This record gives sequence, C-alpha cells and structure tokens, in this order.
Amino acid sequence: RALDKTDVPPLHNDALTPEAKATTHNNFYEFGTAKDDPVKNSRQFNPNPWSFTIDGLVEKPVTLDLDDVMAKMALEQRIYRLRCVEAWSMVIPWVGFSLSDLLKQVKPLSSARYVAFETLYDPEQMPGQKSRFVGGGIDYPYVEGLRLDEAMNPLSFMAVGMYGKTLPAQNGAPLRLVVPWKYGFKSIKSIVRIRFTDVEPPTTWNILSPHEYGFYANVNPKVDHPRWSQASERRIDDAGLLGRKRLDTEMFNGYGEQVAHLYKNMDLTRYF
Amino acid sequence: MSKVINQKLAAYRWQIKTLLHLVLLCPLLYCILAVSNAWWGGDPVQAIIHYLANSALNILLVTLCLAPLSRKFKLPGLLAFRRLIGLYVFVYALLHLAAYLVIDLGLDWQLFWQENLQRPYIWLGMVAFLVLLAMSITSVKVLQQKLGRRWLQLHGFIYPITLLVLVHFWWSLKSGWLEPVLYLALVIGLISLRKLQVQRWLGSFSK
Repeated sequence: RALDKTDVPPLHNDALTPEAKATTHNNFYEFGTAKDDPVKNSRQFNPNPWSFTIDGLVEKPVTLDLDDVMAKMALEQRIYRLRCVEAWSMVIPWVGFSLSDLLKQVKPLSSARYVAFETLYDPEQMPGQKSRFVGGGIDYPYVEGLRLDEAMNPLSFMAVGMYGKTLPAQNGAPLRLVVPWKYGFKSIKSIVRIRFTDVEPPTTWNILSPHEYGFYANVNPKVDHPRWSQASERRIDDAGLLGRKRLDTEMFNGYGEQVAHLYKNMDLTRYF
Repeated sequence: MSKVINQKLAAYRWQIKTLLHLVLLCPLLYCILAVSNAWWGGDPVQAIIHYLANSALNILLVTLCLAPLSRKFKLPGLLAFRRLIGLYVFVYALLHLAAYLVIDLGLDWQLFWQENLQRPYIWLGMVAFLVLLAMSITSVKVLQQKLGRRWLQLHGFIYPITLLVLVHFWWSLKSGWLEPVLYLALVIGLISLRKLQVQRWLGSFSK
C-alpha cells in the first residue's frame, strides 16, 4: 500500500540501495537465518490488524491500534544508512514518524531511564520461533532497548514503510525501529511492546554473545567485532558482485554531529 | 560379486572419472545458477561463501567414506577415484577462500592479511587450506612415490584438518550449533571406522 509522506532532506548524499535488494537480503531470524529466508518464509505473515502496548514507567499505559496511530501522525520519508554488524550496509528511504513523537504521548515518569522493545511472539506465523533449528537458537521474543535520551534523539525513528509503501514482512512489518547510528540489530522489527524502565533492559544479541554484542552497539570503526573488522563495510548498492568497493565505516555511521554528545565521557571500547 | 564390480570399476575407469568430474562440478553450476537467478536474495555474498565451504566439506566427507566402504565391501577399485574426489575438496576450498577475498573483502589485500593475522577462526580455516594445498600438490604419482612414508604422513593430516574445519564452521556462525554438531557426529563416526589407520598414522611420527 502506498503511503502519503513528506520528504525530509537526507543528511548524506548516498545512492539508494535498490528496493529489490533491500527486500530480499534480510536478517530476521524469526523467519530463518539465511539472508533470503525472511522473504521466502514470511509470505503467510499477516500484520493486520496490529496493536502494540506502551507501558512501564509511564503516567498512562496504552494499547494503540497501528492504523489509528498512522492516521494521527504526519508520515515523513527519511533516507538513512543502515549498517549491519556483519559489515555490510544499505541506504534506505524509510517512511514513519520520530520515536519521540510517539513516546511523548504516554508521559513517561521521571524515574524512566530506558526504553525496552519487544518483537511479536507468534510461533504459528514465525517458523524461527517454532524451531530452534530454523531460528538460530535464539530465545524469543526478540528484545532490544535504548537509553531514554537515545530514544528521544530526533534521529530515532519508527518506520511503517519503506520505498513509499508499507513495510514488507521481511523488513519488520508493520512497525519497526530505525536507529541509524547503531548496528542494524538494534533496529528491532514487528514491535508489539514498548516499555519504560529504570534499569538497562536485556537485549537479545547481548544475551546470546555478550563479548561480541554490547547494549550500545554504536557503529564504531575503531572497535572490531571479535571475529571481523568494523573499519570498513560492503555497501550494497546497484553494483554487481564484482563491481563493489568497500567503504570506510564512519564513526556513528556518519551521524556523529547529531548523536556524539550522547556519549560524552563514555569509554566506547568498554560500552561497545 | 565384489570381484566383478572391481573389474568393472577398472574397465570403466575413464568413463567413471568423467562422470565424477561432471557430478562434482554440479555444486559450482548450481551456485552460478542460484546467483544469476537471484535465488539467494539481493546480496548473495554470504550465501556463496557458505555454499562453497559446505560443498568442500561434503565432498571431504565423501572421501572419508571411500576407504571404509572399500574395506567393507571388498572394493579396492573404489580407491582409484579418491584422488580425483579429494582434489575437488581443494577446488571448493579454494573457491570459498577466493569468494571471501574477492566479493566480501573486495580484494582489499591489506584487510585480508590483517584479518588472517587477527582472527583465530580464520587461522583454523587457513591452516586447513594450506594442508589441502600441500596434499593437492603432492597428489601427483611421481611425488607420491618419491615421498613414500612422508607422503602418508602428510595425507594423514586429513583427520585433524577435518576437525579444524568443523571448529572453523562452528566459530563462523553468529548463533546456533546444530549443523556443525551434526557434521561432527558424522566425522567422529567416520574416523572411528578407521581407528587402526589413525593409530598407525600417529605412530608413524614417533619412529
């Protein structure tokens, strides 16, 4: 379904990843661990109707209907870089609204420090949740989290669409997070619950392998993944397999001007 | 019965070899088809690298089956094809490495050497590759005769490198362990079928 939106000027002058590549190369272990599994195994996935809860340390917890939310919010198109922790990257035009606009509606309590997110748990629709063999041995539901100030940063985005249309299942339909200065796994998909907390919430990849994936997961060319370098990346654009060059990865994925202040005085080697 | 089959294996040696070449090239052909038809999604880099590695590993398991099979069914004629099949293990390992270097690292040699030095799971793969390379070079008949006992020693390293390769596989996964563990069970089974040969091989170093 096509979406009405206003364009926000992009912060970088990058060529877009072709839509056909962005929708057939996905990490979404709920539908299988191979990159082409999500598109193949999500054809039966039905994201309608969709409701999600915002609760925890808030004045008034709510359960919202996504259609109502989309009708109320003015949708924007934002072009963001997506840098996967596996050292490949894309440039994607997302459609949605800023996370802070959504979160402000529920009036967080002053004790709230973090925001926790949760993906749908529905083994009937998500084969990876039904079988550990398909789902890569992850304990579902997938959970993620941000510090409150990160969540409130104007760059943090809730996407309901990409390339002008509603999100395909494999890209996180119908509602997903997009945090462009962090590795892609932070941008949790198919969200059913957003919860304000006062302690750092557990995050799926950190639980699975804490020495490889931290809570922050900021894109950082100086801190390697233990098994591969993060200094450069393979940009997936319209070039063929052999015509592609590696790019140098930028600190905070090139969004340092907007977000570096969030991490002042923090040792990012320790809080990776 | 086995006598007849052995005779046939010898009589149709060249036909069987041609057929083996064709069969062993199928994974490569399938890989090319999959990539050119976008069966592996919009960016098949990781899929290609894994597929080539898996092909090498599967063929390696086939070579490990040959000796026990030939013994069990009294078909020494089977062993005449082991070198050919073994060379394809090397071919797919080489393609796996080349795919990593060319389409993943974009022929960034500096990054290639750096990753080789820094990442233990790549060391394991590299050690296995170098042993396969040495085995392939020495697989020509002249060298086999010339090297004698040393040739046997070198080629016995197939047992430890099979295990190295499985660790390399397990270590390369972001999550999960089922697949490498299944392979490990198979390999342990195959190696235990030739306990005597492995003991003899280990013993050959202490002489």
